[in-house]
Amino acid sequence: MAEVKIRGLHKRFGAIDALRGIDLDIEDGEFTVLVGPSGCGKSTLLRLIAGLEEVSDGEISIGSEVVNEIRPRDRDVAMVFQDYALYPHMTVEKNIGFGLRARKMPQPEIDERVNRASAMLGIEHLRGRYPRQLSGGQRQRVAIGRAIVRDPQIFLFDEPLSNLDAQLRDEMRWEIKRLHREISTTMIYVTHDQIEAMTLADRIVLMRDGIIEQVGSPAALFERPATRFVAGFLGSPKMSFISGRLVRSGGEIAVAVDGDGAAMVLPVGRDGLGVSDGARVLLGIRPEHINRANGVSPPAGMARINATIELLQPTGSRTFATFRLGDTSALAELQAHDVSAPGETIALDVNLNRASLFDEATERALS
Amino acid sequence: MGAALAKRTLAAKPPTSKRRRRRPQIGRFVFLGAFILFVLAPLYWMFITSIKPSDDYLAVPPVWFPSQPTLVHYTAALFAYRGIQGIVNSLIISIAATALSALIGTLMAYSLARFETGGKHLAFWVLSQRFLPPIAVVLPIFLIYRTVGLHDTHFGMIIAYTTLTLPVSVWMMYAYFKGMPRSMEDAALVDGCTRWQAFWRVAVPLAAPGIVAAAVFAFIACWTEFFFALLLTSRSAFTLPTVFRAFLGFQGAQYGEASALAIVSLAPSIALGVLAQRHLVRGLTLGAMRG
Repeated sequence: MAEVKIRGLHKRFGAIDALRGIDLDIEDGEFTVLVGPSGCGKSTLLRLIAGLEEVSDGEISIGSEVVNEIRPRDRDVAMVFQDYALYPHMTVEKNIGFGLRARKMPQPEIDERVNRASAMLGIEHLRGRYPRQLSGGQRQRVAIGRAIVRDPQIFLFDEPLSNLDAQLRDEMRWEIKRLHREISTTMIYVTHDQIEAMTLADRIVLMRDGIIEQVGSPAALFERPATRFVAGFLGSPKMSFISGRLVRSGGEIAVAVDGDGAAMVLPVGRDGLGVSDGARVLLGIRPEHINRANGVSPPAGMARINATIELLQPTGSRTFATFRLGDTSALAELQAHDVSAPGETIALDVNLNRASLFDEATERALS
Repeated sequence: MGAALAKRTLAAKPPTSKRRRRRPQIGRFVFLGAFILFVLAPLYWMFITSIKPSDDYLAVPPVWFPSQPTLVHYTAALFAYRGIQGIVNSLIISIAATALSALIGTLMAYSLARFETGGKHLAFWVLSQRFLPPIAVVLPIFLIYRTVGLHDTHFGMIIAYTTLTLPVSVWMMYAYFKGMPRSMEDAALVDGCTRWQAFWRVAVPLAAPGIVAAAVFAFIACWTEFFFALLLTSRSAFTLPTVFRAFLGFQGAQYGEASALAIVSLAPSIALGVLAQRHLVRGLTLGAMRG
C-alpha cells in the first residue's frame, strides 16, 4: 500500500502535449477515478504511473520513492487493461501466475496465491481454459485476478469495463467496489464513463486537454462544479446552461435571461459574488431541478416559469422535456403523466437553490 | 441513403430459384478444374518423364504412362551428376540462412515496430533493398568473396542468402508485430518482466505464425536461388539449382535426369508447406489475430 504524489508532470509526444502540468496527491488506500473525455490525457497519466511511458518533465513518487527512472516491474504496481491483455497462449492459471513466475516465486506459493485469487473472483472452474474459450466478463475477471495475485502497492485500471455489455458492466462495477473494500489497496481507475466515476470513486480527478479541471469527492464535483466543463460532464442528462446578465437591485441579485428577459432571482446567501452589475453569466440548472409547478406560488428559492414543451423523451419512470428558456434550450425532469404531448404549455418551478452560476467568459464558477 | 441501403440488402440476398443457384456453381468448378489442371499437368509430366526410358521422352504420340518405369534417371542425377552433394549443400546453406534470417529478422522487426528505430523510414528502407536487382550487386560480391576467400564456401553462401532474404523476412514480421496489440507486452512489463523477457515470453510466441511464414519464405527463396549460387560457388559449395546446368550439355538435354532431380527438389517445399500450412495461413493474413 502506498500513496502517489505527482508534481508538475508533463508528457509530450512529439509536438503534442498530452499532459500539461499535473499536480496530484493520491492517498494510501484511496479509490481515485481519473475521468474525462477521450484525449484528455487520463490514460497517459495512468501509463506514466505504471512506467509504460517516460516522463517528459516533473516527478512521480510512489510511497516515499521517486519512480521516474524505475522500470515498470520494480514499481510494484499491477494494471488491468481495457482489452484485458491476457496472454492467448497461456491457460487462465498460467495467466494469473505469470507475474509471480516472472519474479521467480517458488511454485507452491504461486499455486496457493493463484488458488486464493481465483476463489476470490469465482473463476476456479476456468483455470485450465485458454482466454479464447472465455466470455468477456470471464476474461475481465482473469485480468483482475492477474493483478490481485501479485498483492501490489497500487492497482491501475485502464477503462476495464468499456468492452463489456451494460449488464455485465454493472455487475463488474460492484465487483471492483467490493474488491476495494476487501483489500483496501490504493486504486487508480481510468474511465470516460461518468456513472462509473460517480459510483466507484472516493475521489474523482476530472481532466480535460491534459490538465486537471477539478479534484474532489463525487458529491463535491456534482454539487459544486468548479467550471462549466465539470458541470456539463457529470450528470445525465446534462445540465442546461442558460445565458444571461447579472442584475442587482436592492439586496437582491438575479439573472436576467437572454431573449425573454425573465428574471431568475437568486436565493439570498448567494450575494457578494464579486461580479459587477450587468456581467455576463451562465446559469447552470440540472434537469432534476426543474419540475412541474406545485401550489399557488413557488417555494423559497424557486422561480416559476411558463414553458412550451418542444420535445419529450420518456424513460419509463420519468420523462425529460425540452423547452426554451429565453434564447437557450433547457431540459426539465417531469413525472410520466405531467405532459401528454409536445406543444403543451405548462408551469415549471426552477430550483435556484441548487443552480450553479458561471462567468460566461472564463466559464469558472462564481460563488 | 435509405434507398441505397435497401438496394444493397436486396442484392445481398441469395437468389431463390434453384437454377440460378446452380449455374455459378458449375462455372466455379470448371474454372477451378482448369486451374488445377494448369498447375498439376506439368508436375505430372515431370514425374512421368523422370521414370520414362530415354526413348520415350519425345515419342509421337506422347507416352502418357511408361510401360516399363525406371529409376535409372534418379540414380544418375543423384550420383553421377552429384545431385546428392547439391542437396546436402543446399540443405546446410538454406537451413542456416533461414535460421539466421528468422533470428535477426525477428529482432529487427520488433525493434522497428515497437520503438520506431531509425525513425519512420528505416523499415521501408530495409524493404527497398529488395528492389535492387541482384545483378547490380552480384559482381562486387563475387570480387569481394574472391579476395577474402569466401568464394565457393558454405559460410559465404550463408551470409549471402541471409542478406538476400532478410528484407522480406523483416518486412513480413514487422507487419505482424505492428498488428499485435501492445497491451500484452505492457501487461508483461508491469507483471514483472524485463523488456527482453516480455519479447521472448509474450511477443515471440504470439508472433509465431508470422515468424514461421517468414521462415518458410526465406527457406524456399534460398532453396530455389540460382543466380548467386551460379557465380559464388563452383566445385565444393554448389547448391541444388546449379546442378541442373549439367543436364543441358552439348550431348542434348537429359530430360529424365532433370525431371528426377526436380522431383527430389520439390520434397522439402512440399513437406514445409504441409507442416506449416496452419501457421502460413495465419502468417499471411498479417496481424489478423485477436486474443
